[in-house]
Amino acid sequence: MYAQMVKSTGKGVQSRNEMSPEDRAFQDRIDRGEKIEPKDYMPPSYRKTLIRQIGQHAHSEIVGQLPEGNWITRAPTLERKANLLAKVQDEAGHGLYLYCAAETLGVSRDELVEMLHSERMKYSSIFNYPTLTWADMGAVGWLVDGAAIMNQVPLQRTSYGPYARAMVRICKEESFHQRQGYHIMIRMAKEGTDDQKRMAQDALNRFWYPALMMFGPSDKDSVHSAQSMAWRIKINTNDELRQKFVDETVPQAEFLGLSIPDENLRWNEETGHYDFSEPDWSEFFDVISGNGPCNAERLSARRKAWEDGAWVRDAMLAHARKAQNKSKAAE
Amino acid sequence: MSHQNEWPLWEVFIRGQHGMSHRHVGSLHAADAEHAIRNARDVYTRRNEGVSIWVVEAEKITASSPSDKGPLFDPSRDKVYRHPTFYDIPDEVGKM
Repeated sequence: MYAQMVKSTGKGVQSRNEMSPEDRAFQDRIDRGEKIEPKDYMPPSYRKTLIRQIGQHAHSEIVGQLPEGNWITRAPTLERKANLLAKVQDEAGHGLYLYCAAETLGVSRDELVEMLHSERMKYSSIFNYPTLTWADMGAVGWLVDGAAIMNQVPLQRTSYGPYARAMVRICKEESFHQRQGYHIMIRMAKEGTDDQKRMAQDALNRFWYPALMMFGPSDKDSVHSAQSMAWRIKINTNDELRQKFVDETVPQAEFLGLSIPDENLRWNEETGHYDFSEPDWSEFFDVISGNGPCNAERLSARRKAWEDGAWVRDAMLAHARKAQNKSKAAE
Repeated sequence: MSHQNEWPLWEVFIRGQHGMSHRHVGSLHAADAEHAIRNARDVYTRRNEGVSIWVVEAEKITASSPSDKGPLFDPSRDKVYRHPTFYDIPDEVGKM
């Protein structure tokens, strides 16, 4: 999931008796499946949790451009380069849709950016892993975008109108991302040379567990889920989505002739699902709290882009104001 | 933190391919109207979604407030005679 550890109240679900009449009416609207719009009443904790969640989601799209941006200049063909550019441009667009959705809750764009840069807001742990070879572009599209889609499709039905509408646009565009990644994997793993097959397997080995971590901690350790689910800003539990992802991805790996790096992986006839090993959660908590292989690099790239772009932002604003004053003076 | 140096927010409306009216698609930040149109083209029409773009500075929009919902919209609820199905026309008359 692009928003992996969103704090809500941390106290479990508020019962109806504890709610003020306003909050009860609000919960009734959500239970009826109504959408909450920016000017409608909402409990402060709903607003705050949503700002965290949408902000984290937006930051993930923006930071998510970096591991792939790394390969634009080194794509093997002009066509692949055009594909990758379009994908990375989409990520920028998705970040912008989501920032705007967050801004309808009363936080400004500058505040959001500032919170990312000062590490007061998080982004998905997945983008703190390096992309070492071209096969990683295949694995990222296939697994990372695949996991993101799995999370984002249900969010199209989320209770907050602007967020739901942003998710509809994003889901429409994202399917191409996963398919272009899988296409790269087909070329390398099925049709490629022995070296390319090894690269494809290596990419799967490195991205498998980080992809499983994208859905967030195991349900038993997920203290904020229940309240978020009552508010319908989270639709499925982390473990439900992770299972769904494994069930869909394993046959895709088999088609490629690649093996999932998990010796406990097997089809369970009784449950109708695959059994699989959980990722190393201590690694996850390490990466999400800032100590992954690329955290420092990603954040410094974002800060540099922001600082280097400051003069452009200022100059454009100054120019616009000057032009406005001129036309006012001429009136 | 001051936001005086933030580009203003614009609401974006796009006319799709099929002769429909412009429809709200989202918002973005831009220094001025021309810049907003350019950004809207990059952010909201990457897949040939539109043939025309309107941008309006968000603060120039006046919106009805949620608390006005009753007084504004309730009066039209009970006026079923504004719909054609309210009027029974004998079958002999044919299609009307």
